[in-house]
Amino acid sequence: MEITRLTAIELSNKIKQKELSVEEAVMASLSMIKKREPYYQSYISVMEEDALAQARKIQAALEAGNFADSPLVGVPIAVKDNICTKGVATTCASKILENFIPPYNASVVDRLKEAGAIILGKTNMDEFAMGSTTETSYFGATKNPWNTDCVPGGSSGGSAAAVAAEEAFVALGSDTGGSIRQPSAFCGVTGIKPTYGTVSRYGLIAYASSLDQIGPIARSVSDCAATLQVISGADDKDTTCVKSASYDYMSALKSDVKGLRIGIPRGYFSEGLDPEVKKGVLGAVAVFKEQGAIVEEFDLDAVDYAIPAYYVIASAEASSNLSRYDGVKYGYRSADFDGLQELYKKTRSEGFGEEVKRRMMIGAFVLSSGYYDAYYNKALKVKALIKQGFDRAFERFDIILGPTAPTTALKLGDSLSDPVKMYLGDIYTVSVNMAGLPAISIPCGLSKGGVSSNKSDGIPSSKSYGMPIGLQLIGRPFGERDIIRAAYTLEKTNSYLRPTLND
Amino acid sequence: MEITDQTIEYVSALAKLSLQPEEKEKAKKDLGNILTYIDMMKELDTDGIEPMSHAFSMKNVFRDDVVTNEDNREELLKNAPKQKDGCFMVPKTVD
Repeated sequence: MEITRLTAIELSNKIKQKELSVEEAVMASLSMIKKREPYYQSYISVMEEDALAQARKIQAALEAGNFADSPLVGVPIAVKDNICTKGVATTCASKILENFIPPYNASVVDRLKEAGAIILGKTNMDEFAMGSTTETSYFGATKNPWNTDCVPGGSSGGSAAAVAAEEAFVALGSDTGGSIRQPSAFCGVTGIKPTYGTVSRYGLIAYASSLDQIGPIARSVSDCAATLQVISGADDKDTTCVKSASYDYMSALKSDVKGLRIGIPRGYFSEGLDPEVKKGVLGAVAVFKEQGAIVEEFDLDAVDYAIPAYYVIASAEASSNLSRYDGVKYGYRSADFDGLQELYKKTRSEGFGEEVKRRMMIGAFVLSSGYYDAYYNKALKVKALIKQGFDRAFERFDIILGPTAPTTALKLGDSLSDPVKMYLGDIYTVSVNMAGLPAISIPCGLSKGGVSSNKSDGIPSSKSYGMPIGLQLIGRPFGERDIIRAAYTLEKTNSYLRPTLND
Repeated sequence: MEITDQTIEYVSALAKLSLQPEEKEKAKKDLGNILTYIDMMKELDTDGIEPMSHAFSMKNVFRDDVVTNEDNREELLKNAPKQKDGCFMVPKTVD
């Protein structure tokens, strides 16, 4: 038995039944990391000693009779490097936070620890979660475990790659405009972006606070549901966390979509969609129909305007959130400056990468007097219309279905040259954040042909070969149970597609 | 949208960035392209629509004003690039 190939739930069951010790599980993960990191670079830091110390502690507690009900006891979990871990560097993949050691844990990290999970390390990402490829990381790019010439997607590319490469059983990511779902699609794993307010953002380093949510990435729907169940719930430290919702997701793991009403927005299959991706998504539609779901097409309003509105809102919030990096309280400080203003400017200019600077400037522009109404306020009105469009759709449907991304994983280096083109890849994901909705990305087959190319005009058409395709299921607010049930039903009809991993 | 030198100077000052000459040229081009793309929002009729900042409206989430954290000044200062006498150190700002 190769321990690292188990699912998180299988592993914790074996640990509870004393077939495996927590230390054995952690050592298996650590040795896999040592073996595979040279190929994939999923991690920024690995907490080797700390993870082994946690393992001994959890094992002792388990033997004393604790954690009997925890679905994640003893499970090694990776955490995206924008989620604070007490005493362990949390860098946001940026030079400006290279040496930042948080004096506290994010609430999600505390909850994982309270459930007996083991924090294994911190995963690579696009700098400050701004990007779709994990190439904007100050520490270098992560490679896709399916093909190391390809990006893993982003911004939670390190988390998705670590899970696909079996260097972690589960990973936490964060999703502002698709950053959990798109890398999950590109790496052939499953990821959930929860309803805004389901998971505490306390200790998540802010990018765009009105859109950010933390969520799980795993190799099965069940592992995602278990992790979400552990990390969700109201938190006094995050006042946007909603109190009333139910957080029981594991009981939704049922293979049953009879009578489930699934809507497909007509525009989702228009030009720009890779035909291989379309084929994969339609394959999943056929499965849902076969299983008794009612599938219909409909028109989703205002969704074409989601990307421009998203970039206005996210950049505006980023320009405000990132003003805290001033070289005074933490992080990088320029070595040489004359006076306070220059300290700020030189620290920030030397500490931030190109994409982050670009978004801070767009944010400053759209919020500046004379442009505020035309851009920021306009974007907030577009956001309202997008929300209304979804509200109307959910009067008719339980779930909205579509692709997660218009292509499979692109080649390294193909996306960064043209920011607008990169932003277009977010077409199916950003509207979900704008409306605060939950969504899951789940694998729905592999493409045929060559790797997708972004070199041509417009959204790339692909001659893909053997790269994973992601299906997105969007639920109504706090409708996580619906999308988990549907994803689980689909998963039951397929076996897990595993990449050929370098050893 | 054409981005002028003046606009780039202005937004980089707002973002507290000082750009190198070649960075400035690239930023002018990139911002121009991005804003041209963003301008497509203007096609959408939003008359009479209330701007929405959060997807779910929540108001006045209060808690009791009590201190729950401990005094961890030393730990917090460990992250400061420069410190003195238990405080963050900054360049002299008032003569």
